[in-house]
Amino acid sequence: MSNPQQLRYSKEHEWLSAVEDGVATIGITEHAANALGDVVFVQLPEVGETVTAGESCGELESTKSVSDLYAPVTGEVVAANQDVVDDPSLVNSAPFEGGWLFKVRIEAEPEDLLSADEYTAFTAG
Amino acid sequence: MSTAPRLTALDALHRSLGATMTDFAGWDMPLRYGSERDEHNAVRTRAGLFDLSHMGEITVTGPQAVDLLDYALVGNISTVGNGRARYTMICQEDGGILDDLIVYRLGETEYMVVANASNAQVVLDALTERSRGFDAEVRDDRDAYALIAVQGPESPGILKSLTDADLDGLKYYAGLPGTVAGVPALIARTGYTGEDGFELFLKPEHAEGVWRALTEAGAGVGLIPCGLSCRDTLRLEAGMPLYGHELTTALTPFDAGLGRVVKFEKTTNEGRFVGREALEKAAERAETAPPRKLVGLVAEGRRVPRAGMSVVANGEVIGEITSGAPSPTLGKPIAMAYVDAAFAAPGTEGVGVDIRGTHEPYEVVALPFYKRQK
Repeated sequence: MSNPQQLRYSKEHEWLSAVEDGVATIGITEHAANALGDVVFVQLPEVGETVTAGESCGELESTKSVSDLYAPVTGEVVAANQDVVDDPSLVNSAPFEGGWLFKVRIEAEPEDLLSADEYTAFTAG
Repeated sequence: MSTAPRLTALDALHRSLGATMTDFAGWDMPLRYGSERDEHNAVRTRAGLFDLSHMGEITVTGPQAVDLLDYALVGNISTVGNGRARYTMICQEDGGILDDLIVYRLGETEYMVVANASNAQVVLDALTERSRGFDAEVRDDRDAYALIAVQGPESPGILKSLTDADLDGLKYYAGLPGTVAGVPALIARTGYTGEDGFELFLKPEHAEGVWRALTEAGAGVGLIPCGLSCRDTLRLEAGMPLYGHELTTALTPFDAGLGRVVKFEKTTNEGRFVGREALEKAAERAETAPPRKLVGLVAEGRRVPRAGMSVVANGEVIGEITSGAPSPTLGKPIAMAYVDAAFAAPGTEGVGVDIRGTHEPYEVVALPFYKRQK
């Protein structure tokens, strides 16, 4: 699998788009989606809620397990993807596209976000 | 003792197919090859191919083989005809379930006992111990067999093209020797998916060739390789118990709602068998003051119940989930659970599951969740 070059990545396997007007789109990586198996339920943070980098802000439930969704940055949620709530399989079929999860107006971001190459090396280890 | 995982004869093939592997009872087994939902649906509508070589085969032979089995197990093995199979259990002296088993009668005085991978050694030890005084031999045949299952409505057609055996004459829960893709196999019409299908016991060195032949024969009708993940959702939909979840040493067959497998009217050993006294009491208790009962639960929402979660009603804990998963066939989360008898009737109002602090509403239903159309 290839991790898109224009994105940045957290060690908890979220991706973060380039920031436009202070807002970034967030999802989970293909690596994470594959590890989870078929995602069957997604609980996202609500619009207006503040999420904190490194803290749980939702849940991803797959056939065999439930996993916390972590916020890769701190900020206010400005959008949540209703399509993925209605059809959680988008997380598996299009993790970097239609399966995006939420958008955040960034207030602070950790310094240890990874580049695509760094994330690829991180998950290969 | 080595902690390296045991590998089946098909290990290299699984890896070449891109399987996600998982530890299962000390074996490295395929969890899934692609999407477990697709694998599940393939078995329900077309066909799926499984490697079950981790299961434990134990051969029991000798003039008193059947006397030993009647004494060691709770079933009446004397009534199993040659070429037939029987679902049964092995219990402790106190009635607790050591394992659930399938016993195949392979000849006049030859039986094969198939135990769960996680209990294979326990069953082998118990049978060996219980064989004292019987003119019978208990043989560990775990390394003698690979086990491949082809399951699903297309499986008879797929297998027919590769075997000389009379599959039309092979009933459900029967097995007969034959050839598959030119090699000898014990062909059994058994499975754990709720579908028609076959389990093929063969020499490990023949496993890869048979797997490839089945893959080729099934390609045109949608057969795909399937992992243990979908096997679990298939058996859950079919209401089949899994050892360690619905069945444990803390429960008797009567507590598990499977008292019908216990046969008190045995002709051998003057009716004696291990656990008899305790099981008679358990049978009476189940009749007069039933403890918890095994029920099915269907979610109204989308959150998935997991083993160990509490079943609740009116704010009180009334039971515990033993298995839970999203059901691909029903499109909703389902679970099996032991609940207090007062809440076990299908349609009981006000039952929920405590899912990480939230009480999610669930409907109590009769098992199984899914039954194939015959």
